[in-house]
Amino acid sequence: MTTVTTETGSPKRRLGDLVFANLTRGAGLTILVALAGVAIFLTVEGAPALGAKSADLKGHANFLSYVAPLVFGTLLAAVIALIIALPLALGVALAVSHFAPRRVALVIGYMVDLLAAVPSVVYGLWGIGVLGPRLIPVYAWLAQHVGWFPLFAGPASNTGRTILTAGIVLAIMVLPIITAITREIFTQTPRLNEEAALALGATRWEMVRLAVLPYGRSGIVSASMLGLGRALGETMAVALVLSASGVVSLNLISSTNPSTIAANIALTFADSTGLQRNALIASGLVLFVITFAVNFGARAIVSRYESGSKA
Amino acid sequence: MNRTALRRVGAPAIAALALGLAVSACGAGNESNSTSGSTNTLHGAGSSAQQAAMDAWRSGYQTAHSGVTINYDPTGSGAGIQGFTTGALDFAASDAALDPAAGEVAKAKKQCGANALEVPDYVSPIAVIYNLDGVTKLNLDAATIAKIFAGKITKWNDPAIAAANAGVKLPSTAISPVHRSDDSGTTQNFTDYLSQAAGGAWTAPASKTWPQKSGEAASGTSGVVAAVKAGAGSIGYADNSQAGGLTVASVKVGSAYTAPSADGAAKALEASPIDTTRTAGDLAIKVDRTTTAAGAYPLMLTSYVIACPTYPKAKADLVKGFLSYVVSTDGQTLAGKNAGSAPLPPSLQAKAAQIIAGITAK
Repeated sequence: MTTVTTETGSPKRRLGDLVFANLTRGAGLTILVALAGVAIFLTVEGAPALGAKSADLKGHANFLSYVAPLVFGTLLAAVIALIIALPLALGVALAVSHFAPRRVALVIGYMVDLLAAVPSVVYGLWGIGVLGPRLIPVYAWLAQHVGWFPLFAGPASNTGRTILTAGIVLAIMVLPIITAITREIFTQTPRLNEEAALALGATRWEMVRLAVLPYGRSGIVSASMLGLGRALGETMAVALVLSASGVVSLNLISSTNPSTIAANIALTFADSTGLQRNALIASGLVLFVITFAVNFGARAIVSRYESGSKA
Repeated sequence: MNRTALRRVGAPAIAALALGLAVSACGAGNESNSTSGSTNTLHGAGSSAQQAAMDAWRSGYQTAHSGVTINYDPTGSGAGIQGFTTGALDFAASDAALDPAAGEVAKAKKQCGANALEVPDYVSPIAVIYNLDGVTKLNLDAATIAKIFAGKITKWNDPAIAAANAGVKLPSTAISPVHRSDDSGTTQNFTDYLSQAAGGAWTAPASKTWPQKSGEAASGTSGVVAAVKAGAGSIGYADNSQAGGLTVASVKVGSAYTAPSADGAAKALEASPIDTTRTAGDLAIKVDRTTTAAGAYPLMLTSYVIACPTYPKAKADLVKGFLSYVVSTDGQTLAGKNAGSAPLPPSLQAKAAQIIAGITAK
């Protein structure tokens, strides 16, 4: 107790600071190393797939024609999810931040956050066991009455395991991400802007439209992109729910659906050998690039909006 | 004072420790799964169809021989062969014989230092399961099954189905054929049956991957069974022991319709010739799906166990002992009881036992 009195107040850098600074630097570098490691692994292991023949590519002539339907399915499922999730998430976020009474808002916010804690395999089982069967009559109705519309051409699935069901499950899975971020942004809207709008005679909704939404625009974009990234990479739920045959089809309600990259890897990796495995890893690289591009695009949009609103 | 100093150094130190642990944990995951180690342990992997039978054999053998551990990982046939040819496994189980065209035979030979041994150890009928209200008995011939799964017959009251089912009231429900979305030995055997027996109605060759781009896809045997159960008008194929509660179609063999049974599968196997292009220790069978033998059920899965002819001294006896038990009458009866598989026909069983008895220490 008496031996370490000289340490306090000394101007020299303390050991703790030094260690901590280097540790944080190390943590940051670890991310880069991990990311580079993944990219290198995917590239090295995936490269041989470019020379693969049809026997190893499920009958496709080359790797591009093998991966194209998968990319299509991945994007289709993710886009369906986003179309459903975004309006819902914005509604929930606005309700929590501006409309609902404080106590109700807290409960709703908490519930939505809980959705994020449900394991994806549970969503998958729920999709097969609960949601799918309940959508069968809906799909049958759609096929019968709106069958002229290509999206609902049918014949309707009799198990409900369609890409639309998968999209709905994905939408519920990405809902907490989008809601959490947009809610944070909305609550940060400057009080002055909101009050100014109200003072000018705006209704609640007009205030939200004039003050809250423009302020949160970049947040909404980045939140949806994060959600899109999650939907693109989701594996287990899609692998369970979707009846995937690897076709390219815009028909959302039939039992013959396009597969997604992640689900295809999960379903076929165990029984694949040699070049088949390389092809699967290469398709993983394609997914990696797509996700990277989505995030990159989101950053670009966000930074453009930010500089725009400041100017 | 002392406490704050401790905290200043302590917190980063703990963080450093955590980071270090995380990094080393990543490293540990990359360790190769070597087979060295305890000499009374065998590692096997492969066919998921054999899982129930393997579990029975493992516990049966381990009970009889204390101190022995046999591991089996049902990773899928492809992964099993891959593991065997890279030396990570002592034996592999596969729903299809090693494929010479894909270089699997050569790779296995290279790993073993001599031609690998391959014997059938598990034969199981594949059932055509369906879900159709009010229809408890259904007869189908191979050509009709092929047309249904190819999407050419789309209604249950199609004339082709009605012709084989006189007296059965067939509804006009749409047929939804269900197939496996993952690669599987069941699909390989089912498509092999269709391509051989359907006489032109099925054009694709046998393959682990489902060749059609139509119909409903489900993951794993359990997925197919669940999808057929859930969908009115669905039809699918699954290991007979897993068909649990669903109605099963009888398949036309010769001029009669035969329901799947273990005995029928064994009879079909007995009627099939051994692939004579293979080496002496390779008991690959060219299953004759068109057999007309009475009571035979040619829509079945034949699964193999693959091993090397020589092992290090300590391991040779163990491999020989375990695999001999697997193909023995006791082992085959046990599998029949636990997994619903068919016992190997006596002639084949004798050949398999003889091949395994040839395993020696190097």
